[in-house]
Amino acid sequence: MTQAKLPAWAIRRISRRYEKLIQAALFLCAALSVLTTAAIILVLLTNAVYAPGAKTAFFERVSFWEFVTGTHWKPVDGQYGRFGIIPLLCGTMMVAGIASLVSVPAGLGAAIYMSEYAGPREREFLKPILEILAGIPSVVFGFFALKFITPWILKPMFSLVGIDLQIFNTLSAGIVVGIMVTPLIASLSEDVIRSVPRSLREAAFALGSTRFDVSVRIVVPAALSGILAAFLLAFSRAIGETMAVTIAGGQQAIATLNPLQGAQTMTGFMVHASTGDSAADSISRMSIYAVGIALFAITLAINVISGWILRRYREVYQ
Amino acid sequence: MSTRGSGTPIVAGQQSAPVSFISGTDGSIRRRLFLSRVFSWTCRFVTYAALAVLIVLLAAIIWSSVGRLAFDFVYNPNSSNPIKAGMLAGLWGSFWLILFTALFSVPVGVGSAIYLEEIAKDSFFVRVIKTNISNLAGVPSIVYGILGYTVFRSLAAVLKVWFDGQHAFNILGLFRLRLLKLPIYEDNILVGALTLTLVVLPTVISAAQEALRSVPSSIRVASLALGATRWQTIWRQVIPAALPGISTGVILSTSRAIGEAAPLIMLGALTITTMVPGNIDSPVKLITRPLQVLHAPLDQFTAMPIEIYDWSKRPDPQDRFTAVAASGIIVLMLVLLSVNAVAMVVRHYASRRLKW
Repeated sequence: MTQAKLPAWAIRRISRRYEKLIQAALFLCAALSVLTTAAIILVLLTNAVYAPGAKTAFFERVSFWEFVTGTHWKPVDGQYGRFGIIPLLCGTMMVAGIASLVSVPAGLGAAIYMSEYAGPREREFLKPILEILAGIPSVVFGFFALKFITPWILKPMFSLVGIDLQIFNTLSAGIVVGIMVTPLIASLSEDVIRSVPRSLREAAFALGSTRFDVSVRIVVPAALSGILAAFLLAFSRAIGETMAVTIAGGQQAIATLNPLQGAQTMTGFMVHASTGDSAADSISRMSIYAVGIALFAITLAINVISGWILRRYREVYQ
Repeated sequence: MSTRGSGTPIVAGQQSAPVSFISGTDGSIRRRLFLSRVFSWTCRFVTYAALAVLIVLLAAIIWSSVGRLAFDFVYNPNSSNPIKAGMLAGLWGSFWLILFTALFSVPVGVGSAIYLEEIAKDSFFVRVIKTNISNLAGVPSIVYGILGYTVFRSLAAVLKVWFDGQHAFNILGLFRLRLLKLPIYEDNILVGALTLTLVVLPTVISAAQEALRSVPSSIRVASLALGATRWQTIWRQVIPAALPGISTGVILSTSRAIGEAAPLIMLGALTITTMVPGNIDSPVKLITRPLQVLHAPLDQFTAMPIEIYDWSKRPDPQDRFTAVAASGIIVLMLVLLSVNAVAMVVRHYASRRLKW
C-alpha cells in the first residue's frame, strides 16, 4: 500500500476530501430527480402557457377558457382548428372508469383471497402470475383488445342483443387497462391488508365471526386508507395509460359517453399528433403541451391525494 | 375453512344470533356461513381469473401468429409484404436503447439510492427528494416523452449542427470526416435512451433502496467501529452485501424500458423502417465494424414495441398484419422472459456467496 508511506495527517486529509467528493457525486444523482420534475414543469409551462422569445405558446393563441370548456377537438392549423379538451377528457375518463369497474373488484378480491384465504404455497403460485401480468407491455394489451377482445368476445356478445359494436371502442380499451392495473391494486392492497395485526382477526374469530365477517367487516375497514390509496393510484395509472388505449380506442375525438364507440383519449391524441408531420411550432403540435399539462396535473393531483390519504388515515397499530 | 360446520350446535333459525353484536348481522348462522362460502368462492374465482386471462392472452397471441411466425422473422427487415416483414430493425433498436438506458440509469439510480439510504440525514431537502421520486414514479411515461422531445432532441439538433453544419470552428465535424463519414440524427438512440432513463429511474431507485435496506445494520456498525470511513463501509461492505438484491431489482426495473413505446413515439422515433442503427445487423459486426459501432448511438432507430404498434394499427382489409404483430409480440415477450431469467440467475449466483 502506498498510503502507508504517507504521514497520518495527509491520509486523513486525502480520504476526507475523497469522501466529500463521493458524497457530492451521490447527492447529485439524487438531486437529478428534482431536476427532472423541474424540467418537466418548465417544458410544459414554457410551451403551453408562456413562451419566452420568438415562439408563441399554446395559451397565447387559444384562450384557456375555450380549452377547458370547448366540446370540439379538431387540432388542425388555420381557422378550422378547435381546441376544447372535453372530448379527450371524456375518452380518458371513460377508459379509466371502465378500468376501475374491472380492476377494483378484481384487485381487491385477489388481495383478500391471497392474504386471508390462500395458504403460503398457493400465494407463492399466485403472486408471480400477477407479477407476470403486470410486466406485460402495454402494446401487447392493445393488440389483445383490438384483435381478440373486440372481435371474438365483445362483438358476438353485443350482436346477441342486436347492438353493433365498433371495431375501435372504449369498452375493450377500458377492459384491458383494467386488467393491466389489477395487479397494482392487488399487490398494494395485499400489503396493507397483511399489515393489519393478527390479533384483530383472532378476536373476531373468537367472537364467532365467519371469514366473510372478518374480511369485510374487520380487515378491509382497518386497511381502508391503504386500499383507497391503491384505487386512486390505479386510476391515475389508467389515465396515463397510452399504447393500449391508442391501439384499441381509436382516434376520433368526440365528446361521447358511449363505451361502444371509439373515443380518443388525452394520451391517444398525444401519440397521434406526434406521429403526424406538422411543423414544430404549429399550433397543432403545440397543443400536445397543453394536453400534456392537463394529463400531468390530473395524474399528479390524484397521486398526491392518494399519498395524503395513506398518511392521514393510516391506522397505526402497536 | 375452520368455521365450517362449527356453528351447527347453536340452534339455527333463531331471530337474533348471539354473536351479532360484533358483526352487525342478524341472519341465521347457516346463512352467514353460506354467505362466507359464497364470498370465498368469489374471491377465489376473481384471483384465478387473472391466471385465466394470462392463459387466454398468450393463447390468443400464439394463435394469431400462425402464418407468420418463423425463424426468418427475427432476421428479416420490416416490409410492406406481410409474408416477408420481420423485426430485425426493432430488435437492434431495442438492443441499443436498453444498453444505453442501463448505462445511464444504473449508476444514477444506484447512486441516488445509496445517497438516500446511507448518507442523507433526515433534512427538509432529502424529504423533498423522496417525495419527488415517489411522485415521478406516477408520472405517465408519455410525459417523459414530451420532455425528451423538447430537451434531449433539441440538444441533439444542436449537436447535429456542430457535426454537419458549416460551423466556423467545426472541430467535431473534422472528427466526423476523419472517422465516421456518417450522418448524425436528431432522433437518435442516445436521445431515446436518455428519455427511457428518466422513465425507469424512479423504479430503479426504489428497487435499489429496497435492496440496501435489507442489509443488516450490524454490518455497517461493525465496519464503522473498525475505523472504516463511511464510503469504505458502503463500498466494501454494504454494496457487496446488497448486490444480489440490487442487481435483480435493477435488471427487472430497467427491462421495463424494453416494452415502452409511448415516450419513443413522442420523440419521433421511426415507425416504418428497414434501417438498423449503425448498419450493424449481426452480432459479428459489433466486433468487425468498430466505426459503425461508434455511429450507432447517433443513428435513427425504431424499437420492438413501436413496430408492434404499427403492425397492430395498420389498416389492412385482409388483416394480414395481425399475424406479423402477433409474431412481434412473441419475440418481445421472449426477450422480456430471457431478461427475467437472467435476473433470476444473477440472484441465485450472487446470493450463494453470502452467509449471515
